[in-house]
Amino acid sequence: MSKDIVMYGDEKANRRKVIIRLGIVYALLVAFAVFIIVPFYWMVLTAFKTEIQVFTAPPILWINPINWQFSNFALALERAPFARFMGNTVLVSIISTVGTVITTVFASFAFARLNFVGRDLLFMLLIATMMIPGEMFVITNFLTVVRAGWIQDQTYMDAVLAMTLPFMTSIFYIFFLRQTFKQIPNELYYAAKVDGTKDLQYLWKVMVPIAIPTIITITILNAMGTWNAYIWPRLIAQREEFRLVSNGLRDAFVDDLAGVVQYNEQMAAALLVTLPLLIVFLLLKKYIMRGVSRSGIKG
Amino acid sequence: MLEEKHNIKAWFYLAPALVLLIIFTFYPIFNAFFLVILKDFNYLQGTYQGFTLTENFVHVIRNQNFAQAMINTMLITFVSVPVSVVIALLVSVWLNAIVKLRGTFQTIFFLPYVTNAIAIGMAFAFLFNRDYGLINTAMGWIGLNPVNWVGLGATWRHAMFSLLVYVVWGGMAFKIMVFLSGLQSIDKQYYDAARVDSTKRSRIFRKITVPLLSPMIFYITITSFIGAFKAYTEVIGMFGQRLGPAGNDRALITVVALVYDALDRSGVPGALSEAAAASIILFSITLVFTLINMQVSKKRVHY
Repeated sequence: MSKDIVMYGDEKANRRKVIIRLGIVYALLVAFAVFIIVPFYWMVLTAFKTEIQVFTAPPILWINPINWQFSNFALALERAPFARFMGNTVLVSIISTVGTVITTVFASFAFARLNFVGRDLLFMLLIATMMIPGEMFVITNFLTVVRAGWIQDQTYMDAVLAMTLPFMTSIFYIFFLRQTFKQIPNELYYAAKVDGTKDLQYLWKVMVPIAIPTIITITILNAMGTWNAYIWPRLIAQREEFRLVSNGLRDAFVDDLAGVVQYNEQMAAALLVTLPLLIVFLLLKKYIMRGVSRSGIKG
Repeated sequence: MLEEKHNIKAWFYLAPALVLLIIFTFYPIFNAFFLVILKDFNYLQGTYQGFTLTENFVHVIRNQNFAQAMINTMLITFVSVPVSVVIALLVSVWLNAIVKLRGTFQTIFFLPYVTNAIAIGMAFAFLFNRDYGLINTAMGWIGLNPVNWVGLGATWRHAMFSLLVYVVWGGMAFKIMVFLSGLQSIDKQYYDAARVDSTKRSRIFRKITVPLLSPMIFYITITSFIGAFKAYTEVIGMFGQRLGPAGNDRALITVVALVYDALDRSGVPGALSEAAAASIILFSITLVFTLINMQVSKKRVHY
């Protein structure tokens, strides 16, 4: 306990005060944790309820695991092709992430290592663009994909292209990776030059391996972004089977005129969509949290 | 050595990113300002009836939902951001005060950041269900009457409250994370000095923690204002494309929803220009926040 707080004063009364204070802090943190967890708990609980249990008032707050209604998941999967939506999302997310990483690595290298006319000006321009809300791009990008012929008589290929191409680069990630690249000492670069190493080799063999943690962070954040994307895929997907998880989920469970939904199936589907994200998060926590707390300090 | 210019080589490395940015970011920005001056633009035929400076903005403002969208967006922004900043600040101070279980709490508090906004929005809608939801049940335990928060014919006030709870819940993970890393970078000497003087806890919080963290608090508040101004998927998650409770459609419409509403009518002449006008209004508002941020950060460097 004493490790938690630096003691001042050595009387017993003080020590007791410190312990009580620590107890209060833990109690507050637990209360807040409950607030955060409740929606997840509600989602899981409802996903395992029978229809009768869902429409029981007051609601049942705990169900013994042996009575869990796994058939809700089968029913949810029947209602809409969620496996297909997830497949689409994984595909779109892989393509756009690979594209983003490649364009970002090259551009960040240029900004971090190469000296060229207009570098600072271009960089300022990119930073300024980050402040512009995406809604402004969406309108014209929609027109662009219509003109490219990716909306009319849409094939799967058209839909995938339209959902990935606009997201194959990111100013924020260029900015983020450039910071990491800049921390790599210049001496390494000069030494490589003396050895006659080409820039491309140097980038691939030296800089990329050093920056791997940042690249992993970019990969995860970008893939998570696709998993959550709602607006653009909704505009693009012209057929149900081309939808991604977010808009697939939303459109599969629209409440009726009385505002009622088959909640257990809806929550089962919501859980199916949430689970992959949570698993990825728990496995790669370090990279995600690091990336997020760093992005907050960029100002 | 490094001073040597690598013009051609540099542009070669930049090309993939730049080409994409030009097509999907820079051109759309200019085009938004071009679309907004066209009269009755029909993208299917590529025709328009001359130019106008104001007409498309007038269309947006005269839209029956415009006032409601502004009120809702302002409310979401100026309620959810201060509330979540204050709570996040307190939680991060508590987290910083403990050693045991800190990692576990941190992981739990981060969960809202890694969830699907639609899926969790649906869970919130059911939490707030009048007859079968947990909120009304819990209210019953302390003797409060059930409220129709989000169901058929729910009032704007109740639906908005439910939405705000969800927005605050979803917005704290990021802030806690950033504040905690800020707290950990504060020099321990300040706290040791305060302890020698046996300064009260609340005073330490007000006189040391908050001032030293103030640049970060300010930065987070401003960027959160900008983020909150773009609220939309939260509404979709809880209420669907109806943007409000059943029987009270569009009660929770936001400014971003105006852009997408217009875009959904893209085949109608003038609709795209209206969407562009709405997006420029959104941009202007976020620009104000950005400029305030820049002004203050400039001053901040000098102290």
